[in-house]
Amino acid sequence: MTVDLSLLPDGGVGWLDASGQYADIVLSTRIRLARNVDGYAFTARARDGERLRVLAQVREAVTGVPGLHDAVLYRLDELPPTARALLHERHLVSKELAGLDGQHPLRSGAAVFLADGLGVMVNEEDHLRLQALRSGFALQEAFAAVDKLDRELGARVPYSYHNEFGFLTACPTNVGTGMRGSVLIHLPGLVLTKEIGKVLASLQQMGLTYRGLYGEGSEVVGNFFQISNQTTLGRSEEDLLDQLLRVVGHVVEREAEARRVLLRDAGYIIEDKLWRAYGTLRYARSLTFDEAMNYLSGVRLAVGLKLISSLSVYTLNKLLIFSQAAHLAYAEGRALTESETNLARARYVRKALEEEAGSVG
Amino acid sequence: MLCDSCRERDAVVHLTTIENNAVHQLHLCERCAAERGVETTVAAPKHPLGEFLQAVHEQVASGANDAVRCSFCNSTMADFRATGRWGCARCYTNFEAGIRELLRRVHGNSRHTGRVYHPPMTETMERAAVLGELKDRLRRAIESEQFELAADLRDRIRVLE
Repeated sequence: MTVDLSLLPDGGVGWLDASGQYADIVLSTRIRLARNVDGYAFTARARDGERLRVLAQVREAVTGVPGLHDAVLYRLDELPPTARALLHERHLVSKELAGLDGQHPLRSGAAVFLADGLGVMVNEEDHLRLQALRSGFALQEAFAAVDKLDRELGARVPYSYHNEFGFLTACPTNVGTGMRGSVLIHLPGLVLTKEIGKVLASLQQMGLTYRGLYGEGSEVVGNFFQISNQTTLGRSEEDLLDQLLRVVGHVVEREAEARRVLLRDAGYIIEDKLWRAYGTLRYARSLTFDEAMNYLSGVRLAVGLKLISSLSVYTLNKLLIFSQAAHLAYAEGRALTESETNLARARYVRKALEEEAGSVG
Repeated sequence: MLCDSCRERDAVVHLTTIENNAVHQLHLCERCAAERGVETTVAAPKHPLGEFLQAVHEQVASGANDAVRCSFCNSTMADFRATGRWGCARCYTNFEAGIRELLRRVHGNSRHTGRVYHPPMTETMERAAVLGELKDRLRRAIESEQFELAADLRDRIRVLE
């Protein structure tokens, strides 16, 4: 059985369209709420039958939720690893839910409901992970969407809730609001000016944290950082979001300032470096994932600085997702070895850049 | 030691200032320190769960507590220490004292101040749960071509709906 991504109206990656605020610096905004269905042990402790009952109960409830009645359901537990990896690479399911994190087996009842910019993962670490994903910097918009979904679903499925501790979650770091807001942000300017250490340290002092491109446990590659709130308890959702909004807004300003400084003080060095990145992507015959990410970071910066004008941020966003291993294998229609993947990646990137190359420079 | 400013959280930043030749000592929690713009040179350990568990273990999870099992999911504090995850919602009540302390350390607070939630009425819920299960059985019956069973299930669903 394979996964049919054409069932999703926008392939599930509408958030790549670069339409949001500060789209050249902020890729996307995600807000997720962790919830558990009352009456069952949490996912890891639940028996197979319980997890399937949770899924059946949620499935029934979802039909009555306005934002989700057209949602596509993917049963991860019925999909082969390649299809699960594809959904993971699109940021639609977590590595844990996809059974790909090497720590948790693929669970019976692992599933995801996907609709326009909204998703509900079932039988993740918590029974439910509701999320809204938006292009660019859009915390309030994403929260409004996920909050609405939460209220609708919570009126049909009883959540585990405690008067003192709030929404109960398997991990104590999520309890309370169960809310994690994350902003995926590209900070090459701060990395190149070596300001990044200070910025990251100050994030931690503000109760925020950062991770790599794929969230918890993932490495920072290509200067992409996910900034999110660390605390989930003792402050309201609005407070937590407001804090994130202010701090990320400040980080965006610092990044913009770092870029101005780079251009002013080291213009030709930067220009040379970024064009070399473009040249490599345009002509290389084999690219590892890390290489591709790093050069894409350079080209993205060049587009942000208007050194390269005819390449769209949308194309660059697509390259981030579609040049990953499972996507390349999907496009080729077969499993690829590592070296074949690197060849296919270089070919894919080359072609995408060629198509937009017309008047680059 | 409590924070001099909020008197709620543990002080982790110890600030010595000299003003008019007088030495002042201020003990602040991380959040109040951050609010005053104090940068800690040695970042306070940033909540790796293990450290909290260690601390909680010392304070609340003595050997006797290890024998206590959650009445719903059968987990113990030892299970929690091994996995960093609670077994079920009931664990929060069964291990309440330890959890409160843990949450204070993780979040600097143990009281939820976000959205208040009221679960739906039991009757609606039960109906939804039964419906969900029946529909799932119906799907499986159709898949395995047990049409008589499917017809029966469909009737029961129709009545409930």
